[in-house]
Amino acid sequence: MLTAAATLALIAAVVGGLLWLADRRVPQRSADPVHRIEALLPRIQCGQCGFAGCLAYAKAIADGGAAINLCPPGGQETVDQLAILLGRERLALDEHRGSASLAQIALIDEAVCIGCNLCLRACPVDAIIGAPQFMHTVIADECTGCELCLAPCPVDCISMRPRLSEANA
Amino acid sequence: MELFFTTILAAALVNNFVLVQFLGLCPFMGASRQVEGALGLSLATGFVLTLSAALSHIIQGWILEPLSLEYLRLTSFMLIIGGAVQATELMVRRMNATLHAVLGIYLPLIASNCAVLGVALLNTNSSRSLFEAICYGAGAALGFGLVLTTFGALRARLETNDVPQAFRGNAIALITAGIMSLAFLGFTGLVRT
Repeated sequence: MLTAAATLALIAAVVGGLLWLADRRVPQRSADPVHRIEALLPRIQCGQCGFAGCLAYAKAIADGGAAINLCPPGGQETVDQLAILLGRERLALDEHRGSASLAQIALIDEAVCIGCNLCLRACPVDAIIGAPQFMHTVIADECTGCELCLAPCPVDCISMRPRLSEANA
Repeated sequence: MELFFTTILAAALVNNFVLVQFLGLCPFMGASRQVEGALGLSLATGFVLTLSAALSHIIQGWILEPLSLEYLRLTSFMLIIGGAVQATELMVRRMNATLHAVLGIYLPLIASNCAVLGVALLNTNSSRSLFEAICYGAGAALGFGLVLTTFGALRARLETNDVPQAFRGNAIALITAGIMSLAFLGFTGLVRT
């Protein structure tokens, strides 16, 4: 019994130790521009830039096919950082891309909600909880303000509210 | 040298893990939609298969048998395989992030690929030497990669074909797999095992 436990623990420790070493030693190949661009994006996968998620947008920027000012959640700050990374001209944020930003959160009017569960499937960060035929609600801490839940709602019971800061909450 | 080739041929074609022994069907059906992804996954699985075949043989021969702890075989093999898969995932993520994105969930799922555990267990059951065990693992990896990439290519062709409505999607893929399995039965008797 003791030998068995000790043997298993030893094997596990050796495997874990080797993995830890590998994790420390193997360098991240950061020369890949797509991933350096993606690291600057908010990665909330809202799709308001017109691409299917942040990785797709990063690829499009790297290929030179997309402007760097299409990301509303990232705001002007992201545009500036992308301009520095890529050595491109600083642009103003494209205002026509939508108004999604981390400064707002979705609010479900629970008196109107019919529990259809469509917004739940639209949410890219699983910030909406609920089940079919039951009231849904938004986890404020998880919501990224991407506005993707607004379009699928059949009764238009979701509205965007400014995120309350700690001070006036 | 002859032993090397017969072991590899036997594991890759005659006793092909996917089409003859029906092990590792999950990635076979799941990760064969594109040829590139299939090729990447077969390389990753091949690496894990060969590595875990060697490591499990060493664990079995040098640790479990001398201590008469053979009943810990399954647990310790799963530990080894889990570690090998983690190492592979780490390498793929650091070396080729695009491949990592393409493979997605199927990369960590190599750990639950029954072909990997199957090779380790079959090796200890038939008491092969370390060299034979590694050859068997490499042969199984070769067979898995061959089948996965050809199946991926077949499915890519099926996408553009005019398949009857009732057979679209997974149905025609399963029928194709069945026909491939029948074709692989033709290798029976090629190598005496």
